[in-house]
Amino acid sequence: MGFEKFGVVSFTSETKAVEFLKFLEEGKMMTTECRKCGKIYFPPKMDCSVCGASEVDWIEIDELGELVAYSTVMHGPTGFENDVPYTIAVIRLPNGVQVFGRISNNIPVDNIKVGMKLKIVPIKLPLDKASYEFMHA
Amino acid sequence: MKKDVAIVGVGQSPFYRKCGMAVRELCFMGFQEAMKDIDLKRVQIDGSIVCSAAEYDKQRSPASVIVDYLGIMPAPSFNLETLCSSSSTGVRVAYSLIKSGLHEVVAVIGFQKMSELTSHEAAERMGRGGDIQWESPFGVTMPAYFGMVASAHMAEYGTTPEQLARVRVKSSIYGEINDKAVYRKKISMEDVLNSEMVTSPLKKFDCCANADGAAVVILASAEMAERITDKPVWILGLGGSTRSTALAGRLSFTSVPVSREAAQAAYEMAGIGPEEIDVAEVHDCFTIAEIVAYEDCGFARPGEGARLIDEKQTYLGGRIPVNLDGGLLSKGHPIGATGASQIRAITRQLRGESGKTQVEGAKFGLVHNLGGPGLYNYVTILGRD
Repeated sequence: MGFEKFGVVSFTSETKAVEFLKFLEEGKMMTTECRKCGKIYFPPKMDCSVCGASEVDWIEIDELGELVAYSTVMHGPTGFENDVPYTIAVIRLPNGVQVFGRISNNIPVDNIKVGMKLKIVPIKLPLDKASYEFMHA
Repeated sequence: MKKDVAIVGVGQSPFYRKCGMAVRELCFMGFQEAMKDIDLKRVQIDGSIVCSAAEYDKQRSPASVIVDYLGIMPAPSFNLETLCSSSSTGVRVAYSLIKSGLHEVVAVIGFQKMSELTSHEAAERMGRGGDIQWESPFGVTMPAYFGMVASAHMAEYGTTPEQLARVRVKSSIYGEINDKAVYRKKISMEDVLNSEMVTSPLKKFDCCANADGAAVVILASAEMAERITDKPVWILGLGGSTRSTALAGRLSFTSVPVSREAAQAAYEMAGIGPEEIDVAEVHDCFTIAEIVAYEDCGFARPGEGARLIDEKQTYLGGRIPVNLDGGLLSKGHPIGATGASQIRAITRQLRGESGKTQVEGAKFGLVHNLGGPGLYNYVTILGRD
């Protein structure tokens, strides 16, 4: 239980990775690293598909990412009708790990360019929910 | 040429915005046309695979209801789903059922009746099309996934909205003369470029639409094919690939990795290369998807797909004609039926039955069928005697 507090609309409440949300609430963006083989995952994985181990360490993501791809959504799915327009995006961190999320509405759409540097910022949402978004570096 | 398993019958219903009939009746239309190709007295279908995206079905486990209505009982049947590539996956499984010797004649029945859901229900399902744990909470949509691909392709290669629009213009030319297509109106460059923005940089006419429809492919062993048809179309290559639903795990945004991997596997099995393909059907759920498919199938080098449409090389008479039935953009996209409809189009091309859109002397054809925004791809290469 607990993971239903992640994001604008949640679709699942139970995961072994619920700590991700607790860190977000504390203002930290974290992900997992396999304790045995060192593989870093995003999204976090509590089990390693490279070496098969189930022991992980939580590590902070504080590097800047580079914008790889984005799209500004004008018609949202059910539950997001009042959120539009918003921009979903993938950024790539220096270690090659990619993160999916939204670009902050504080960045005008016309200023968004593939290749721009963005930082990941934990945010609070209404109804005690938490998420993260991409902001100007 | 490898002659293990042949396509002996293909059929489809018209694709509709709203069909006004039951799913089983829709499937019968596709089955009826497919059975016209076969000498009925000499064939017994001994297995069937019913393909649809179950999230759109009202009927739980529709296989039994459908095969009952079509009269192909008690042959074993089951449901199969890989989203938009369901019926191409069905053809892959049918091939293995026949090649193993377990079955001699198998029907692959693809369908979707998308009008059965309200637009609210459809939008709810679309939201769950992403990784529900990590990405759907941000508000994901299918068009937005391809909007992201377009943004990356434009940034990397300079692809333009005009080049995307050219794909829709081509589609509308062939859609206009396909009596099974939903959209049968010519669309101009201006129509596409001036249409409403759906998700940047994709506009309304860059996107295909939901539809109702059914399509059927009947496959047989070589021995059986000889007895029941004089125009067998052989399965030469089958390639498949699966990749992460989460976009964070995606290896490339300027290509669709599953498509590239599936095409490569299919070419390897067929023992031919892209330059030998005479005609193709690619999964043009969005205009950008067709341009990227040209590259992923090896018809153009990475970054040069848009040039093919600029030069009209994918028109009839061009170097590699693509989607001469109007593709998903004009036919509409009834998820589970799409792959079988694409395979029907190429089968008819190889039999010389495509009328005004016939590629003269076509010997090898390729079908590229994507599942979701890049979760699955199943590529099928077909050839004739």
